[in-house]
Amino acid sequence: MTACPENIIELMNDHLDGMSTPASEQVLKEHLHSCGDCRKEYQELNKTIAFIQSASHIQAPPDFVSKTMAALPKEHQRGNVQRWFRRHPMLAAAAVFCMLMSAALFSNFNDDQQFAFTKQENLVVEGQTVIVPEGEKVVGNITVKNGDLRVEGELEGNVTIVNGQYMASSGVITGEIEEIDRMFEWLWYKIKNGVKDAASVFSGGGDESDTDE
Amino acid sequence: MQALINKRIGKVLKGDKESYAEIVELYQHQLYQICYRMLGNKHEAEDIAQEAFTRAYVNLHTFDQNRKFSTWLFRIATNLCIDRIRKKKPSHYLDQEVRGTESLDMYSQIANDNPLPEEELMQMEVQERVQYEISRLPDKYRAAIVLKYIEELPLAEISEILDLPLGTVKTRIHRGREALRKQLSNL
Repeated sequence: MTACPENIIELMNDHLDGMSTPASEQVLKEHLHSCGDCRKEYQELNKTIAFIQSASHIQAPPDFVSKTMAALPKEHQRGNVQRWFRRHPMLAAAAVFCMLMSAALFSNFNDDQQFAFTKQENLVVEGQTVIVPEGEKVVGNITVKNGDLRVEGELEGNVTIVNGQYMASSGVITGEIEEIDRMFEWLWYKIKNGVKDAASVFSGGGDESDTDE
Repeated sequence: MQALINKRIGKVLKGDKESYAEIVELYQHQLYQICYRMLGNKHEAEDIAQEAFTRAYVNLHTFDQNRKFSTWLFRIATNLCIDRIRKKKPSHYLDQEVRGTESLDMYSQIANDNPLPEEELMQMEVQERVQYEISRLPDKYRAAIVLKYIEELPLAEISEILDLPLGTVKTRIHRGREALRKQLSNL
């Protein structure tokens, strides 16, 4: 055994792995010829391999394909949607954004079915009508939701009416009048205002008005 | 071959589930054989092979079509097999002593881990014996030996399937081979 080259196991393994060079093959061959112990080990390894390789080929059961196919998760609609999302991530993100945005805005519209108006001094309310009384002067913007506005006195500011009417009368308004009574106009108005608000935040100001019911 | 597979994969990804049946058809025997040799049990082999095909189907979009499909599929299967083997092992240490006994350890409690008596081994049929000896290998070596000698895959492919460096795969095959030689010394 003392005469065995140190790397004889390595040479043997390389040979069995089919990765030996002609030179190392020669060294191995010569050594096996002279050394009984190594020859025995080599023969046993070869026998081991032959034994393992005598294992017969195993086949899957005959109904394997149909069983496997039946066990696959049901995909259909959900899978298609997922696949679409994967293919168009940007579009998907945009679609989700639009869906959430419009949902928020529409729900806003439905929540706002109540009568509401901007609280200003000197305003008089009769039922669902907001009145600027004769001889009075109101300074500031007025928004009326789900109600009408009648101006008999003087109003210095803009008027916005949602789902209501501005009733023309002898009053004086110095500002713009806007009437909104349809859902999509309401949407548009919200978006426009959102942009305006954002702009006014950046310009460091804006008209703040608190809404009261 | 690979082009053919990729064509099928493309169809499956577009929603044509039936094309996957052709893929299963092509690889069923190889995959089942790996699982059977790893687990040594027909029911478990079928179970795990099916699970591997299902996982491959669900994650098909992550498969890189520049690579070999069988490598990817076999990797899923060997991982599942190794998981299964580890789960079957008891959580105690095998050589911990059983309480109240002097020299009885857990080995003696698990019939399966005890080498069978000589005469019983001699009565085994060759095929039975082959599977028995493979099952006695530690799972680390078992996967490498099965892929190398049963599936006869090149070392480079085995290294990809097992996600191990080539050198480690070689070492495992050498050690597995040596362990088998010792197990078979009475043959």
